[in-house]
Amino acid sequence: MARLVVLGGGVAGHTAATFAADWLGKEHEVVVVTPNSKWNWIPSNIWVGVGGMTKEDVTFDLAPVYEKAGITYKQAKAVSLNPEGNGTTDKSFVTIEYTGQGKAGQSEEVTFDYLINATGPKLNFAATPGLGDANGLGEFTVSVCTADHADHAAHELTKIMDKMRKGERQKILIGTGHGMCTCQGAAFEYIFNVEHEIRKAGLRDMADIQWISNESFMGDFGMGGLHMKVGGYVVSSRIFTESLFAERGVNYITGAHVNKVEKGKVTYELLDGTTGEETFDFSMLIPPFAGVGLKAYNKAGEDITDTVFAPNGFMKVDADYTPKPYAEWKASDWPRTYQNPTFKNMFAAGIAFAPPHIISKPMKSPNGTVINPTPPRTGMPSGIMGKAVAHSVCDLIKKGPSAHLHEASMAEMGAACVASAGKGWLDGQAAAMTVYPVVPDFEKYPGTGRDTDYTFGEIGLAGHWIKHILHYLFIYKAKLKPFWKVIPE
Amino acid sequence: MAVKPEEFNFAKSDQFHTAMIPGKFARAMRTCKIWQFIRFVIINLKMIIVVSKSH
Repeated sequence: MARLVVLGGGVAGHTAATFAADWLGKEHEVVVVTPNSKWNWIPSNIWVGVGGMTKEDVTFDLAPVYEKAGITYKQAKAVSLNPEGNGTTDKSFVTIEYTGQGKAGQSEEVTFDYLINATGPKLNFAATPGLGDANGLGEFTVSVCTADHADHAAHELTKIMDKMRKGERQKILIGTGHGMCTCQGAAFEYIFNVEHEIRKAGLRDMADIQWISNESFMGDFGMGGLHMKVGGYVVSSRIFTESLFAERGVNYITGAHVNKVEKGKVTYELLDGTTGEETFDFSMLIPPFAGVGLKAYNKAGEDITDTVFAPNGFMKVDADYTPKPYAEWKASDWPRTYQNPTFKNMFAAGIAFAPPHIISKPMKSPNGTVINPTPPRTGMPSGIMGKAVAHSVCDLIKKGPSAHLHEASMAEMGAACVASAGKGWLDGQAAAMTVYPVVPDFEKYPGTGRDTDYTFGEIGLAGHWIKHILHYLFIYKAKLKPFWKVIPE
Repeated sequence: MAVKPEEFNFAKSDQFHTAMIPGKFARAMRTCKIWQFIRFVIINLKMIIVVSKSH
């Protein structure tokens, strides 16, 4: 019997674990280690953040689902990896620390034949003074990164809307809280949901809504922007995005590194080196992401974290990490199998793998401050990677070490993004976008780096319906209800 | 003559002045249930193609 340990129970980890358990059957064991007791459909946190859904609507208990799937579930966080074992065993193991199941604080060494690291990110609120600290979100801003954060955001939003009703004009600031954030899409969707709710309440004239982002231009989205087909034209995402903001009267600041958050005020540095301040009554700023801080040790107990992980804490995989200038970046730099180059029984999927470089053009202010978005690798790409890696591990277990590894390069996969404003079936609208591929390939698509037949954007009710359907469909799939396997990632 | 809704924001800031803002017809089509149902089918088909090309 072989044992596969999956670290993380998010989109990548849950997908990998559930498919692996199904493919491997009862002959082998799949173990999931995740500090959370609930699964969270993160895209719908946006609706929780404006009071359109409760956190119970976007989460469910993992334990009964894993019991049904025959997966061993350990509610714990991974602390360190020993891929070669230690002085007493040659077996690879991961050291975990329980966060629940009545064993909080207890440590355990879990041996493995194969490991999939899908821990997701550490929400690095501590990177920006005032945004938060090592314990998480600070007191001055809100977040929609977790269901609990989003629930808190909705309560704070209600408070400022009450003030507007009393005639007090309110300033709203939404965007990224650091120069190296990713996930602009979440903030983008949240600002339009907030604007929609305020407009629906008849309070739009009482609110000044401001966007602040580390993107060098509107519509960069951490992918260097994209060209999409809209209304028969091939249009830059900059035009598409600026139109959305102008239509709704939302001002924007781009190329901003938020370097300090205080009560009701942020200070920032721009790409041109100038600095500024923005005041706010309500602010949602996305934190930067980092690896979860796993350590790695060799058999002798020596620290080999630098061998297994990149400096940002994400796991090294089969990417080309050779430093090179932007002009020499290629689609082939991106990983295909997500196998760790040093320890072949370890893989990483989703946010947990270390990208070879960013996708957007690297930018620095004259003061040397790096201000550019890091690559998005959430949602659909995470699910596809999780499934591909699970497939590889299952083949390695069943067919032996020479089995062919499955591939899922971000330079050959697309992503669908639906940013919806509003919650009702008929009173909302969404910007529905697809991009193919996520990482541009200028050798294959010399014009824009992407296939413009499959990179498109559209605004309307249709996208909004899709967003609703995806909410119910993916929660259904994650609960392993009948025919869950036919629903694509 | 009253300012048309789609022209109202142009004067609000330099950022909006150069942006593309949808007019009455474009806004109506975004919420027209028949047209949006057609678009719903088309967008879904395109997304299914993108998903299938990605696996």
